Amino acid sequence: MSHQDIKFYQTGTFTVGNRLLDPEQRSVQSTLERTNALNSGHRACPGCGEALGARYAMDAAMAATDGQIVVANATGCLEVFSTPYPETAWQVPWVHSLFGNAAAVGAGLAAAMRVKGKSDVRVIAQGGDGSTADIGFGPLSGMFERNDDVLFICYDNQGYMNTGVQRSSATPPAARTATTPAVGPHPGHQRGMGKFVPEIAMAHHIPYVATATVADLRDIEAKVTAAMSLRGARYIHILVPCPLGWGSASHDTVRLARMARESGLFPVFEARDGEVTDSLKIRHQVPVEAFLKPQKRFAHLFGKQRDEEAIAYLQARADRNIRKYHLLEA
Amino acid sequence: MLKQVEGSRAVAETIALCRPEVVCAYPITPQTHIVEAVGEMVREGTLAPCEFINVESEFSALSVAIGASAGGARAYTATASQGLLFMAEAVFNAAGMGLPIVMTVANRAIGAPINIWNDQSDSMALRDSGWLQLYATSNQEAVDLHIIAFRLAEAVSLPVMVCMDGFVLTHAYERVDIPEQAEVDAYLPGFEPRQLLDPAEPVTMGAMVGPEAFTEVRYLAHVRQMQALELLPTLAREFEARFGRDSGCLIQRYRSEDADTIVVALGSVVGTLQEVIDTLRDAGHAVGVLAIRAFRPFPLAEVHDALVDSKRVIVLERAFAVGQGGIVADSVRKALQGLPAPIHTVVAGLGGRPITQASLRGMIERGMRDELPSVTFLDLQTDVVERALERERTSRRSGPVAEGVLKDLGVKAMQYV
Repeated sequence: MSHQDIKFYQTGTFTVGNRLLDPEQRSVQSTLERTNALNSGHRACPGCGEALGARYAMDAAMAATDGQIVVANATGCLEVFSTPYPETAWQVPWVHSLFGNAAAVGAGLAAAMRVKGKSDVRVIAQGGDGSTADIGFGPLSGMFERNDDVLFICYDNQGYMNTGVQRSSATPPAARTATTPAVGPHPGHQRGMGKFVPEIAMAHHIPYVATATVADLRDIEAKVTAAMSLRGARYIHILVPCPLGWGSASHDTVRLARMARESGLFPVFEARDGEVTDSLKIRHQVPVEAFLKPQKRFAHLFGKQRDEEAIAYLQARADRNIRKYHLLEA
Repeated sequence: MLKQVEGSRAVAETIALCRPEVVCAYPITPQTHIVEAVGEMVREGTLAPCEFINVESEFSALSVAIGASAGGARAYTATASQGLLFMAEAVFNAAGMGLPIVMTVANRAIGAPINIWNDQSDSMALRDSGWLQLYATSNQEAVDLHIIAFRLAEAVSLPVMVCMDGFVLTHAYERVDIPEQAEVDAYLPGFEPRQLLDPAEPVTMGAMVGPEAFTEVRYLAHVRQMQALELLPTLAREFEARFGRDSGCLIQRYRSEDADTIVVALGSVVGTLQEVIDTLRDAGHAVGVLAIRAFRPFPLAEVHDALVDSKRVIVLERAFAVGQGGIVADSVRKALQGLPAPIHTVVAGLGGRPITQASLRGMIERGMRDELPSVTFLDLQTDVVERALERERTSRRSGPVAEGVLKDLGVKAMQYV
């Protein structure tokens, strides 16, 4: 990750950093060359992290393959806000089949491209955390295990946002959702590690696994580009804050994604053939509280009586990630 | 080429002749021999180019086929029973998107109680999924119907299930004429998809449709099935001209032209029925058989014409609608609307119970004497059922029904020792 060598102080605007990079390393907002694979005009909420992440991931994949990609998309926000016929925001060949089968449909597409002698056409399958960690988990694991030539991208907004904010197995502990209400002796989602799919993907020893957040768009682009340079099953897990589901301001999406990473709650790393090869270091560690407080889904932790136990629990979780993935620079 | 061969092997060799480009495999009895044999041919290189993919579930088997078909490849898979139900969501999806996948269903019962033997509850459960459904009465027909199925599927852009009775056909060694590659190539051209995921011409497939157009889209699926109803006889005639066998017509009549009593059936039981009918004909009875090959689309007019002059109709079914009765009989009733002939449902062969000539003959004779009730369960052990009901009347904690029935049968069997 050569881009990591360039260090700069992120100011409150979060845009100055890009201008400090060499021009060829800057993430591109608007250019004639940009494919806009996920075009404007779709119906995502203001501040949608998933739309931002998908736009950068898709365009990076298009750039890396000279526009030769086909996409299988699971049911979910991304599918719904981007398409209802006759409109479509997709400037790539794109298919939606079911909630739980995007990885398998992708495997079928990859097989079709191989048998048709079109191996230059690359396959991306994608969906939210529900279709990745829960309902589509079996087909995803099968695709990994067979090492099918598919890049699966999970846009993780930590819950079933399309159906009205219910918990998924990627919902963090203590978070309030429609099915983990902030009532009772332990309000919000249950304690426990939940399901962190990147580590499960690594257990399949697939060629490439990476995590990213929409706070570092250049990092998303670099990882998608790296993934497209490889063959076989690849997995990228992108944290995408959801203003609706998280109860956050739409202008805070990028800031929250950054704090998720800089607190250690969401580790950003790369792994090849089942082993972590690199991680994005935390430059200015923030306490988890800074990440939690702006979100209404954690408001019950900061009521009249602070839930010190829950905050400490989440801090311990972040600290464990920092140790495990060596997120603090020596 | 004439061969003495297992039904599954015959189907596998036929599938290879149809040049599928992607085959997805997941084991389930009694289908497994088919995909095993196809897989071997791919490994050997006798079936090429073809991608053979061992998936982790039936849901993925059909989902991989969906992706492959959307990518322009001719896709095939096979399943049975629980496997068909496990992929049910994808079954509807493939039909809704109009992807011409061909799938063999090696018909098997559905649990609980778990049962690996033959009946047709599986494909019947998905009869309204939008797939075309063809039922083979013999292994020769199974072979022929698969070739016709690929042609039909791709002509109307709908997926086709070729249903063949598990074990009874899949595991039976019979003489089968497996066509030559050149003959099949001449009958079945390469797959030209109506819709294709192609970077050169990006399209969006499978997106949402709201109330403003959903009815029209669904109606068009019905129209396509009606087109298949018209097309299938044409394809069957063309098949017969080329291969010399009538295997693909919507229905098949056997000694039914002047029959007072006609038994309607699907699948392998038709062979047994024909022998029973021959015996009864020898005894001077005017009886015949009507085999329904295409259950979806249902050939209402052909069934009507075949049955219109009969005095009574007996529909022999290897599945039934719990709480209602006959599934096939309902459609037959619709075909005979307004006609006086009584239509009886006879449920037979559930979970692999043999349908014997003696039972069939006795049942048909009862029918001829007008003694058949509207719904009959052939060879039902009524005493066992009565005792099970009695246990439930006398004990709240009567336990698992299946276990009670088996224990009861065991006790009865012991009494004979």
